[in-house]
Amino acid sequence: MSGGHSTYTPKSGLGRWMDARLPLPRLLYDSFVAYPVPRNLNYAYTFGGILTLMLALQIVTGVVLAMHYAPNTELAFVSVEKIMRDVNSGWLLRYLHANGASFFFVAVYVHIFRGLYYGSYKAPRELLWILGCIIYLLMMATAFMGYVLPWGQMSFWGATVITGFFTAIPLVGDWIQQLLLGGFAVDNPTLNRFFSLHYLLPFMIAGVVVLHIWALHVTGQTNPTGIEVKQKTDTVAFTPYATIKDGFAMILFLLVFAYFVFYIPGFLGHADNSIEANPLKTPAHIVPEWYFLPFYAILRAITFNIGPIDSKLGGVLAMFGSIAVLFVVPWLDTSKVRSAAYRPWYKLFFWLFVANAIFLGWLGSRPAEGVYVALAQASTFYYFAFFLILMPLLGLIETPRRLPNSITEAVLEKNKAGAPALAQPAGER
Amino acid sequence: MKMVLRALTAFGLGLSLAGSAAAQEHEEGGTPHYPLKKPVEQNWTFDGPLGTFDRGQLQRGFKVYREVCSSCHSLDLIAFRNLQDLGYSEEQVRAIAAEYEVQDGPNEAGDMFTRPATPSDYFPAPFANPEQAAASNNGAAPPDLSLMAKARAVERGFPTFVFDVFTQYAEGGVDYVYSLLTGYGEEPPHGVEIPEGTYYNPYFISGPALAMAPPLSDGQVTYDDGAPQTVDQYARDVSAFLAWAAEPHMEARKQTGFTVMIFLVLFGGLVYLTKRKIWAELH
Repeated sequence: MSGGHSTYTPKSGLGRWMDARLPLPRLLYDSFVAYPVPRNLNYAYTFGGILTLMLALQIVTGVVLAMHYAPNTELAFVSVEKIMRDVNSGWLLRYLHANGASFFFVAVYVHIFRGLYYGSYKAPRELLWILGCIIYLLMMATAFMGYVLPWGQMSFWGATVITGFFTAIPLVGDWIQQLLLGGFAVDNPTLNRFFSLHYLLPFMIAGVVVLHIWALHVTGQTNPTGIEVKQKTDTVAFTPYATIKDGFAMILFLLVFAYFVFYIPGFLGHADNSIEANPLKTPAHIVPEWYFLPFYAILRAITFNIGPIDSKLGGVLAMFGSIAVLFVVPWLDTSKVRSAAYRPWYKLFFWLFVANAIFLGWLGSRPAEGVYVALAQASTFYYFAFFLILMPLLGLIETPRRLPNSITEAVLEKNKAGAPALAQPAGER
Repeated sequence: MKMVLRALTAFGLGLSLAGSAAAQEHEEGGTPHYPLKKPVEQNWTFDGPLGTFDRGQLQRGFKVYREVCSSCHSLDLIAFRNLQDLGYSEEQVRAIAAEYEVQDGPNEAGDMFTRPATPSDYFPAPFANPEQAAASNNGAAPPDLSLMAKARAVERGFPTFVFDVFTQYAEGGVDYVYSLLTGYGEEPPHGVEIPEGTYYNPYFISGPALAMAPPLSDGQVTYDDGAPQTVDQYARDVSAFLAWAAEPHMEARKQTGFTVMIFLVLFGGLVYLTKRKIWAELH
């Protein structure tokens, strides 16, 4: 990290030789061993590491699956079934990859909500936050295209619906849709380009992740108090303290993941994807994967025209807007206090936002009719109001609770309440 | 702040409305929801974390498929060699395969010819193409059965779908097949119209009736292991067979899972103790 000077001293002759030419060991040492992290990080802060693990897992399983997969409408469905039946441990690879996508999103949602709760987006971490938003967007694109590849009914019809959004854009909409599809309908050219992009985007994600971690190591991590690191006793070394804690959290996460992979691998999927794609037969309900459901609900909530914007374009704008608004969160929050732990009102509205997001997800799985539409509209209103009204307003009118003077003080106060406190200088290792 | 609170109340009101909306949906008769009856949950030897297939049941189910279902339904993804999973020896598989004729070729003269199937061949389909299948079946092509046990899911609804995570309920498709096969013969309720050439079945997922006539009848298939020769038993056996056909590696999956879970729990326990020791020096 920048600021603090490097404490790396190569021990062997080869190490010194390397350090004088390409100080890669120094970079790794400074980033993942000596790097100081706040000593009061809780388990919500372990999801960055978990996400890195999931990305690696998706890339490794995906590369092997691609060796057996045939991106052709005539062959795709059967080639996936060959993986399930004839490839050694192919069923395991495929279930890891399919459920891995879901758990990647579980982790990213916890990670994003943690950022919103502890104000991780506030200065000087705006770019860190925006890079995270870009990763999330890339993840959505990758997951969507990956879901099309098995060429089941929901793959085909999901692709038809989602690429259809683009036709709502005035003037260039049709052209964009045809460019995405490689024709006038979802067909072999679509499958081919989706496969190509599905293989490309994860490596772009990996690239942005490097920038994300770089930015993180420049500003340092936030922590549950939201107070910046002030003294050496506020931090501990990344290794062993954060590595062992992250490691333990990863194992717990993998435990839940393995439960789904080995015992209920189809739970998060859709039965219609076990039927080969048929352009002549529309499924009764077309629903996206669970991690897109809140946005699907927002899309369908706009059932009315607003001036020159018809309901279709309005829905698409609302849906893209619901993600775009994340990018400007650092400038919407006017509060001087960073962490929700010291903001009673923000804390309340934050948890309502979480509940509302889950509720939107449920609405996304319902047919867009009757009372569901009105509920989705109310929920969509709260989604946007949270960012556009509550965030700027609360910062101005809310009285925050008293902040501790430093991270060390906060930790000692907490220890006094529970275990016997011992003010050992933590910097000495 | 007042305005905010008002919005909040509106939101809470919305939540409570959602519950009543879901309840209303069932009562009103506007658009009927299919299936009219939910699949009946059965006990299978292969459900749960340590479930395994009953080889005898799979062999009986295969017999039902071979003697009844296969006259209309294909089983494209299953090769004869796969039948060894059902407990048949290599010799038996060879003998079963030889009872089928498959097309091969072209030969040296450039002609296609038929020959007895070998274990590496796949089950031949009863019809040459979907159009022929539809033409011979009143316009509705009988679907392939390879993935049938995974390709049908009746919505479980909230909160059942949450409980399903903990009970590991993953047999919805199998229960559906069993319920459908045993669901014929009831009188359609008043006001339900049954189109010409279809058969009322309240368990059918996309309508009140389907084009498939009741396929099973008591005593239709002869079992040589003493199992009852009833529609219920036939349906149960063929459903289990289709569960295997949809996921032949299910047993390996659950057994591997058992090892993985035990490893992760032990490893996690050790890492936790290490973590405690490392952090203890701090506090």
